[in-house]
Amino acid sequence: MNENQVWYVALAGMAVVALIFVYVIATARVRAAPIESHDDVVSSRHWVFIGLIILTAIVSYFTLRHFPFPAQRGPVAARQVVKVMGVQWAWQMSTQKVKEGVPVEFEVSSGDVNHDFAVYAPDGRIVGQVQAMPGYTNKMVLVFKHAGTYTVRCLEYCGLGHADMETTFTVVANPPTETAA
Amino acid sequence: MNALEMYPVEERLPHRERVVFTWYAVTVVALYLAMMLVGLTMRLTQATWADVGPHLFYELLTMHGTAMVANTASGALAVMWFFLRKYVPLHTGALIANYALFVGGLAVITASVFWGNFAGMWTMLYPLPMHSMTIWSDNAAAAFIVGTLMIGIGTTVVFVDAALAISKVYGNPFRAMGLQWLFGGRIDPAHPKTVVAATAIIIADSIGILAGAIIMVMMLLNIYAGLHLNALFAKELTYWFGHMFINATIFMAVIGVFELLPRYTGKPIPITRPFLWAWAIAGLLVIVVFPHHLFMDAAQPRWMAIMGQVASYGEGFPVYLATAYEALRNIHHSRIRWTMPACLIALGMFGWSAGIVPAILDGTIDINRLMHNTDWVPGHFHFYLILGVLPMLFAFFYHLIGERKASRAASRIDGFGFPVYLIGGIIFVLAFLDAGRNSVPRRYAVHIAEWVPYDQAGSVGAILVVLGMCVFFARIIVGMLQHGGHPAPAPRGGALPEPAPAARATG
Repeated sequence: MNENQVWYVALAGMAVVALIFVYVIATARVRAAPIESHDDVVSSRHWVFIGLIILTAIVSYFTLRHFPFPAQRGPVAARQVVKVMGVQWAWQMSTQKVKEGVPVEFEVSSGDVNHDFAVYAPDGRIVGQVQAMPGYTNKMVLVFKHAGTYTVRCLEYCGLGHADMETTFTVVANPPTETAA
Repeated sequence: MNALEMYPVEERLPHRERVVFTWYAVTVVALYLAMMLVGLTMRLTQATWADVGPHLFYELLTMHGTAMVANTASGALAVMWFFLRKYVPLHTGALIANYALFVGGLAVITASVFWGNFAGMWTMLYPLPMHSMTIWSDNAAAAFIVGTLMIGIGTTVVFVDAALAISKVYGNPFRAMGLQWLFGGRIDPAHPKTVVAATAIIIADSIGILAGAIIMVMMLLNIYAGLHLNALFAKELTYWFGHMFINATIFMAVIGVFELLPRYTGKPIPITRPFLWAWAIAGLLVIVVFPHHLFMDAAQPRWMAIMGQVASYGEGFPVYLATAYEALRNIHHSRIRWTMPACLIALGMFGWSAGIVPAILDGTIDINRLMHNTDWVPGHFHFYLILGVLPMLFAFFYHLIGERKASRAASRIDGFGFPVYLIGGIIFVLAFLDAGRNSVPRRYAVHIAEWVPYDQAGSVGAILVVLGMCVFFARIIVGMLQHGGHPAPAPRGGALPEPAPAARATG
């Protein structure tokens, strides 16, 4: 899912909740229905309960099938590797230029406190992020579909200069043969 | 005891408890207003309508987050204490100790922030408190940690007192949670739902507080004895504490809903097996949900991340079912009268139910990859705090002031305050969520021009929220400080005098 899809799903979900509340509140004044028996009430709860468990299992399966991070131990074998170090309040990258369409492995660490290496596309949207943590190297693989200037911002609060911790790198167009390979 | 009686005798507060409780309510409501003004200042700054420098901005943000979490925890704890004491003997001294440690802890925190310049956020993620680039000193960081510890200890004092009392009456926590009826047997219809929920909360939150105490003591040892900490382990402990502590506030506030709502609808909410299952599962899963704060820490073992996502789903649904669904069934065709407590309960249940939607989405690893630490996060937690937990707490306070002779649970000014707060709250949280959709980072003192429109919309919402809050503040403070205490006549749920016109309109 991209950000817009997440937004619309959230809006739809919240709207459904709101409509249910509006309906219940609107009909609250009318004592129309007979009071249900205790057994009816308990039975309906059972079904809602079981339904939610099944829904949880289904959604969990489909959203966890493809884990968004590579295995952290051992080589990832991406054809481009960028080493990244976050320090208060700057990013140090082993290169500022990567190729479009070819997987890039970012190996991200921190020299002091926790940071978050967030990559922003030229349209201002996040395409991926991973934490930069002292004592650890977190690996993230991204494939850039579009050439252009990408911005790196810190998304983990790291002190006074947090909002200024920014850099850019360039994704250059790649010959089709290399991309396909 | 009659669950539909509006002001049962066993809930009446003797003089000393009444004084303590009044102080509690006044402090909590006043602190909410003060911290909302701080929040408004920050939104106005991001909107370029106010000029606050980054250092002061981060100090304000640290103070706002810490005080709001502590305040919500204290307010919710008071709700739980108020109702739990009907079923088990609690010591008022424990509540007084909690109040003293809460106020004292906040005083220490305030000094560390505004005198010691500490701006490491309420999460004080290791090693940032000790790595300020000379902005604040190690002593200021230590003071902040000690203040937070004091608040945690205060909560623990009440928990220990309550746990001992529950064990005394019910033998052990498992019987108190009704686990003996999970798979069969006739459930005792008089078994209090409050005891079930309180026991689950005490067990789970105590584990979280213990995790917090460990990391805070370790950080103090880091400062003064040079103890080296593992950053990943420190982060796990920090979020174990942080998530558990704020999550427990919702659960505690919900106790007030299923205690009070039947009185306003005139329909009891029976204790059922799904209710017992819901709290048993939620009490278990809430303990292991914290890894969802570390989805972007790829070094975290994968099984922990998966556990965090599944627990995020699983934790929300059962209690959601046992309360939101129950509340709606209870209101349905009930002829509820929309006095302020009833309106606020309905709003609280809506805010919690709707706020869970963006929260669950963000609790999905593949979505968290895009939304983590953007404005989506304050969007979802403000949703169920501003529109969920706060209304639940204020419903309780309004209910209390409705008991006092010269006060009412609804007045004309609430007809202004309630809708303004509701509309402002929705604008405020949607502005955050929409900013999150557009990848606006959270916790930035300075925003680029493209992000400012979201901040300006959020500021308008925040102004309305503060206006509504001013009304709640005035009504609750005046009501709580009034004398009296004789129950208002209440032949059936909600039979309080004259519901406010606007409050009625919300129905």
